[in-house]
Amino acid sequence: MKTVAGKERLLLTGNYAAAYAARDADVDVVSAYPITPQTTVIEKIADFIASGELNAKFVRVESEHSAMAALIGASSVGARTFTATSAQGLLYMYEVVWWASGARLPIVMGLVTRALGPPWSIWSEHADFYTMRDSGWNLFFASNAQEVYDLLLISYGVSENQEVVLPSCVGWDAFEVSHTYEPVSVLGREEASRFLPPKGSFKPSLSSEEPGSLGNLAYPPEYLDIKHTMRQASDKVLGVFREAAVRYAKLTGRDYSGMYECYRCEDADTIIVGMGSIMGEAYRAVDNLRDEGMKVGALKLWVYRPFPYEELYKAVQNVDTIVTVSRSSVFGSMSPIGLDFASLIASRGLDAKIADYVAGVGGMDVYAEDFVGMVKDAHKNTGRNVWWVR
Amino acid sequence: MSGSAVKLLARPTVGAVSAGSWRTERPVVDMSKCKLCGVCWLYCPDGVIEIDDEKKMLKIDYDYCKGCGICAQECPFKAISMVREG
Amino acid sequence: MSHRMFPKEEYILKGHAACPGCGATLLLRHVLKALGPNTYLVIPACCTSVIAGPHPRSAFKVPVLHIAFAASAAAASGMIEALDKLGKPANVVVWAGDGGTVDIGIQALSGAAERGHNIIYICYDNEAYMNTGIQKSGSTPYKAWTTTTPTGNVSFKKDVPSIMVSHRVPYVATINPAYPNDIYEKLRKAQGIKDGLKYIHAFSPCPPGWRYDSSLTVKIARLAVETGMWVLYEVDHGKFRLTGPSKNLLDKDKRKPVKEYLKLQGRFAHLRDEDIEEIQRLVDAQWESIAKLLKEQE
Repeated sequence: MKTVAGKERLLLTGNYAAAYAARDADVDVVSAYPITPQTTVIEKIADFIASGELNAKFVRVESEHSAMAALIGASSVGARTFTATSAQGLLYMYEVVWWASGARLPIVMGLVTRALGPPWSIWSEHADFYTMRDSGWNLFFASNAQEVYDLLLISYGVSENQEVVLPSCVGWDAFEVSHTYEPVSVLGREEASRFLPPKGSFKPSLSSEEPGSLGNLAYPPEYLDIKHTMRQASDKVLGVFREAAVRYAKLTGRDYSGMYECYRCEDADTIIVGMGSIMGEAYRAVDNLRDEGMKVGALKLWVYRPFPYEELYKAVQNVDTIVTVSRSSVFGSMSPIGLDFASLIASRGLDAKIADYVAGVGGMDVYAEDFVGMVKDAHKNTGRNVWWVR
Repeated sequence: MSGSAVKLLARPTVGAVSAGSWRTERPVVDMSKCKLCGVCWLYCPDGVIEIDDEKKMLKIDYDYCKGCGICAQECPFKAISMVREG
Repeated sequence: MSHRMFPKEEYILKGHAACPGCGATLLLRHVLKALGPNTYLVIPACCTSVIAGPHPRSAFKVPVLHIAFAASAAAASGMIEALDKLGKPANVVVWAGDGGTVDIGIQALSGAAERGHNIIYICYDNEAYMNTGIQKSGSTPYKAWTTTTPTGNVSFKKDVPSIMVSHRVPYVATINPAYPNDIYEKLRKAQGIKDGLKYIHAFSPCPPGWRYDSSLTVKIARLAVETGMWVLYEVDHGKFRLTGPSKNLLDKDKRKPVKEYLKLQGRFAHLRDEDIEEIQRLVDAQWESIAKLLKEQE
């Protein structure tokens, strides 16, 4: 077996960064089905296995539904697992996505976010990511290749924690992140193992030594009891994430424990909130607006579910206007981020107004000028859902 | 299983349901005809028949026998009859 | 004496939730006796999902993963690879109904067979979607009554064992609850074959679904073989072989008329004489194909 490389700084795409994370997490079983633009994740993993850098089983399944089912089978007997998919693949897998969280399995998945068909699209949108909102999966979002690598490793630290035992998904944008080369610091397996829970520390759900049955029919009281316990575990996730992120920061110097990154938010009366790579342009917009004398900041979410109410309250408590921007074709209500922030404001009795925007639909580019336009529009009209069309 | 996830596991339990209360007939064995051949034991889907070779006894666990009648039907010596539950 | 010839230990515990006279549970009882306790069952949505007992009580003394309807072969694939990676050899067995195999589960089964995982896939075929109340499946026989074919099924039973043979899996076999010795031999053989997926198709009489008195499960299973409607065979690394009483049924005169099997079941009660004759012709034709296959193999 080839010696595993140690800490390195490499030029990687977001997808390759994901593959390096799976390699450094020393996963046991990978199961995946190809879909643009996820394919290079699994191709790289296949290369790692072929070269011996990663000693894992790769189940080349015949569909995404089977990919998640295979990981449920593998994880239930104690294997560390990984998969990745996009859009249609996630939706085909959707039934067993809920099975994975309901079964309390620490599976980790990468989601290369892509617009849903019809019409066919391969470009970035977060609609697929948002379908997992209520599923019990921990949901994180990366805006560049380094964040992909880091959040995937942190995911194992959160999912395999004894108080949590829930699957985690990290999303990142199609092409803008998945296929764009950036410098990424990777830990290598040995360094990563200093952060990760030790392999084998996790007691498998199923073993022939202590036979048990996972998923029997449950009458309403027993079903409620099981889901209640799952809810209690979900309530622990943010604390576990924070603690894991602090440890990760000690090892790497990169600190995600705040759950979001706030750019020039401190004295802002208006904050732009969003996720993913478009936030880079939001930061430029903030600089432009600040030059005009406006007190604007931008908040980029890393942790989406559980929704970090307390942490976000700190950022918005003194803000007049929250400009929520979701990169998702949504119908029938406010955008996902708009709804989440509306619930934050309502539940904490805050005064802030929400101006809700949908931008970047179907992979449309979103520029700093667009964010500037949204902020100016927000100051005129607030409290409705606007599709931003340049 | 780790942590609270252990809640999800059902454990092997005799009497998962009170199956014996389902039946309308019960199998009754005439030991004078029974040759302890074990065919009834072989074909019982519920595993409620026990054969004690030393005591030359056939024991049916009526707590869980559903009264399906396969044992009576299959017995080569017609030693088992199905009797209506009172 | 049967109880001394077969393993004594029960892996299905008394008080499970199967219907009285359930053919499937009788099959599984013997399958588990043959395979032993180091066996992980993967069970998709099917009757056995409920037979397993209500949470937190399990009627099975082996580890069980319940999984979504279409996914059993995929879950088993991941499970066996994980156990192999973790250095914990064990039997991984899918125990699925006909619906979850020939219809909604066939994609995953095909994938698992093509990839050659070391799993045993057992389809217990009660010839309809019984758990949901007797609706037609791709495995429902010609002319059978179901709730969605109230005037009789117009299509023919999907031949999944042949589909598995086309996948070039190392072992395909049929079993029947009236013949436990045959079950043991085949399951033990399957257990010993490691170079790919082992597919077993099991005949599973169902009293409420087939409309017969629960005491007749084994008799009907036996008649299925004796009339030639159910063939006991195995295909071992491509070589076809009849087993059990089926070995002697190439001669039509040795086969009981299909009417004896059909007349016991309410689901065939609406059959006219010409329907029964048609079914007889189809069964006879099937046996001629078997005879031809055996000749070509020599």
